Amino acid sequence: MDLLSARQLRDKIKNREISSVSATKAIFECIAKVEPTIGAYISTFEGEAIQKAAEIDKRIAAGEKMGRLAGVPIAVKDNMCTTFGTTTCASKILANFHAPYNATVVEKLLAADAVIVGKTNLDEFAMGSSTENSGLKQTVNPWDTTRVPGGSSGGSTAAVAAGLCYAALGSDTGGSIRQPASLCGVVGLKPTYGRVSRYGLVAYGSSLDQIGPVTQTVEDCALMLNVIAGHDPADSTSVDEKTAPAGDYLAKLDEPIKGLRIGIAPHFNAGADEQVRKAIDEALKTYKNLGATLIEIDMPHFDYAIAAYYMVATAEASSNLARYDGVHYGYRTPNPNDYIEVYTKSRAEGFGKEVKRRIMLGTYALSSGYYDAYYLKALKVRNLIRGDFVKAFEKCDCIMMPVSPTTAFKIGEKTDDPLKMYLSDIYTIAVNLAGIPGISIPCGFDDKNLPIGLQILSPAFGEEKLLRVARMFETATDWHKKRPAINE
Amino acid sequence: MKRQLIGIRKDRRLMSKLDYKVLVGLEIHVQLYTRTKMFCGCELAFGAEPNSRVCPVCLGMPGSLPVMNRQAVEFSMLAGLALNCQIAQFTKWDRKSYYYPDLPKNYQISQYDLPLALNGFLEIPMADGSLKKIRIRRAHLEEDAGKNLHTAGNFSQVDLNRAGTPLLEIVTEPDMEAAAEVRALAEELQRIVRYLGVSEADMQKGHMRFEPNVNLIITRNGQEFKTPIVEVKNLNSFRALENSINYEIERQLERFLETGETMEMGNKSTRGWDDAKEATVLQREKEEAHDYRYFPDPDLVPVRVSEQQLNEIKSRLCELPSKKRLRYIKEYGLSDYDAGVLTEMRATAEFFEAAVKAGGEPKRVCNIITKEYSREANERNCTIPELGVSPGKTAELSKMIVIGTVSATAATSIISIMFKSPEQEPEQIAHEHNLLQKSDAGELEGIIDEVLKNNQQAVDDFKAGGKKSGKARGFLLGQVMQKTKGTANPKVAGEILDRKLSQ
Repeated sequence: MDLLSARQLRDKIKNREISSVSATKAIFECIAKVEPTIGAYISTFEGEAIQKAAEIDKRIAAGEKMGRLAGVPIAVKDNMCTTFGTTTCASKILANFHAPYNATVVEKLLAADAVIVGKTNLDEFAMGSSTENSGLKQTVNPWDTTRVPGGSSGGSTAAVAAGLCYAALGSDTGGSIRQPASLCGVVGLKPTYGRVSRYGLVAYGSSLDQIGPVTQTVEDCALMLNVIAGHDPADSTSVDEKTAPAGDYLAKLDEPIKGLRIGIAPHFNAGADEQVRKAIDEALKTYKNLGATLIEIDMPHFDYAIAAYYMVATAEASSNLARYDGVHYGYRTPNPNDYIEVYTKSRAEGFGKEVKRRIMLGTYALSSGYYDAYYLKALKVRNLIRGDFVKAFEKCDCIMMPVSPTTAFKIGEKTDDPLKMYLSDIYTIAVNLAGIPGISIPCGFDDKNLPIGLQILSPAFGEEKLLRVARMFETATDWHKKRPAINE
Repeated sequence: MKRQLIGIRKDRRLMSKLDYKVLVGLEIHVQLYTRTKMFCGCELAFGAEPNSRVCPVCLGMPGSLPVMNRQAVEFSMLAGLALNCQIAQFTKWDRKSYYYPDLPKNYQISQYDLPLALNGFLEIPMADGSLKKIRIRRAHLEEDAGKNLHTAGNFSQVDLNRAGTPLLEIVTEPDMEAAAEVRALAEELQRIVRYLGVSEADMQKGHMRFEPNVNLIITRNGQEFKTPIVEVKNLNSFRALENSINYEIERQLERFLETGETMEMGNKSTRGWDDAKEATVLQREKEEAHDYRYFPDPDLVPVRVSEQQLNEIKSRLCELPSKKRLRYIKEYGLSDYDAGVLTEMRATAEFFEAAVKAGGEPKRVCNIITKEYSREANERNCTIPELGVSPGKTAELSKMIVIGTVSATAATSIISIMFKSPEQEPEQIAHEHNLLQKSDAGELEGIIDEVLKNNQQAVDDFKAGGKKSGKARGFLLGQVMQKTKGTANPKVAGEILDRKLSQ
């Protein structure tokens, strides 16, 4: 099935060429057929979605002014709170949790008249790079169902790739949107920290987490960002409108950047698989043909990013996840002997292995006597990395590199070796530490027909330009039009 | 007041001979009088239905985020300035981690290494009228926890209405040497936060909670011994504060005599105050190696205070009670006691000052306020200004007393009429109720002649001289006052009477 892009569908629904109901029903037919294989969703809302779609069709027929996603079926990663259905974070500890409020991004989707079709699978509490850490189910890669979709937003990227929704929201703490987008051959944007409200996003690493779109095209990505970006008084870390106003990311999207200067660091790319490297080199050639110049940059502290990340993220996680204690909500151990056991057993039984590993790591890093050596030092490294990017961007408009050193790996291939798994985030993690935006766009396939992503980075709050740079490539190539055979 | 000792005092004489010094430092939690909680929009409410003043933020729901209450920060800066502290130009929020059912996130948002206010002092009034300086180590803002209730049989319940309430934690240096000083500091602090309007400081509602750290330095045979520090937790009355410290002093002396135990690393203990037993009870023997794993809260941005903001807050400061009290004594010649009563509440002091400014005679105004007005305000359970009598009318009345237009007795009657109809001028009341003092010699002479005629016995007694003479004069003057219903000017009447008796 050749899926329209979200923007195309939105226009057709608005013009009454297609009804939102029929588009939504088609999505659910596709879900009925393919989802048992893919496992992208933790929950779906067929009845509610079709009802919502019918309301939208009615309002369009009545000539009402409609939102920017009028009638478009959208999926939301299951770590964003919704008053409908559950918000599980793919964890047993929240398997039956009903949030009492909607995340700001969910409110914005609803205000834009999107039809939310379901909530997608993830690594438990967004901790992982393959979605194998989900405590509830396994999601597979639509391009090869024996392989992982990447993670942690693997449910969202698999759903978009397999045509189980027109676009989705993911969250990215160390690469969790870009890496699975790359592995699933879709577009994934991690906006600048503070660009999108985190209110209602269940926190993993609060100073790194950022919500972003997962889409079929760069154009859809800009459309989604238009809907979700902006200051939120409920999130003190969201940027205020004076400092960095949210723009209209579609307005100049099709205007190429003249004299584009692309920063590259050849020695990083050397760490990637040969086929990935080749695809990146090809992509850079395409840009050169479009008039861009390549400028070598130096990122002297890049090598310390993973170490620093696993201190900062886990320290914050150890504190953020303290609230899941069996006392107030969520899973509680059935027969505790005393109140201490309510805590210890509920947490021991409710959390999965990787979550426990990170909680322990973070708790250790924050312990008195170790704080300076680990957490504080990691913050210093973080500042150095931020400085590296600032310096690099003095010479270039954007930086390009791979998203992932490999294409999608086999399910189970890295589960016994957490360190190996951590290293698959080598290209994405520094971006979160620096807080800058990064996008993954399809730029080729390996010999196993597995997608490869190109990562483009820009200075903080430079999404407008970043998307234009990505759009240049999209206009010049056809990689984004390729679809997995799963639906055929 | 000597308190009862528990335990056996082995050697009273030995103990009384011991030379020792008391050291007390105090931690005070003051609940701020903001409309909403520290990090969410829930209104502060005392005694509301359990869990009725809560939202995703103060419930610690997944995904919720705190937003700083600016008013709480400004209140804390104001209090910090009143405590003569340096106000931090840059401060931040930290998470303090510990697991407890009344703490929904299992961490408390507090301030660790960069408190809002630092290095101040507070002067407390001493019994001899002097002031003693107590150093303030720091003051920082934090959120309160909820309350665990243990009234449902096998289960405990948690009420989170209080969770997220803004608290200002003030920490003093161990500069207090007696329980009375600690109490004086606590009371002075209560006056200050009320003056500034930053806290209601209602003890019954737990708006102020105290945790004194007590130990002794004992000198024996020329050698100094420090007793282990005891922290008494969660005291919510001045009485409990004072009594628990006095109890600790005696308990620590006894214990030292029994065991000779002195302060070491890790032998600080925590005790609670049992109100019924009038005794402290052990809660934690050794200071547990608590690791709160403080780290900066990534959900909140650091607070930067500009010079301009600080100056704006400074302009909201007012003269503080202890200063006012000394000024009243010096400027108006009031007694220490009267000055204390007038400055206890800002509303009273402001009323007094307004009356003096309107031309009132300070001592008379003070008398009116501390006696009649205070009594009435007490009965009505309201403040002095709320009585409705204006400072201007109070000033008028004080002047009438000084000039002699009305007597002190008549003034009392005027005041009780003013309470009922505060819009009436005191002079008008005096006229209408015939309460003006009679100083007119002609009119008084007639009355005095009549009194002398009707009381020949007393006149004779006076003329006989000796012991009875004075008594007889008093009786006759009393008769004059009775006949004029107290409106005769006693001085004028006395002079006429004396003149007539000597004729």
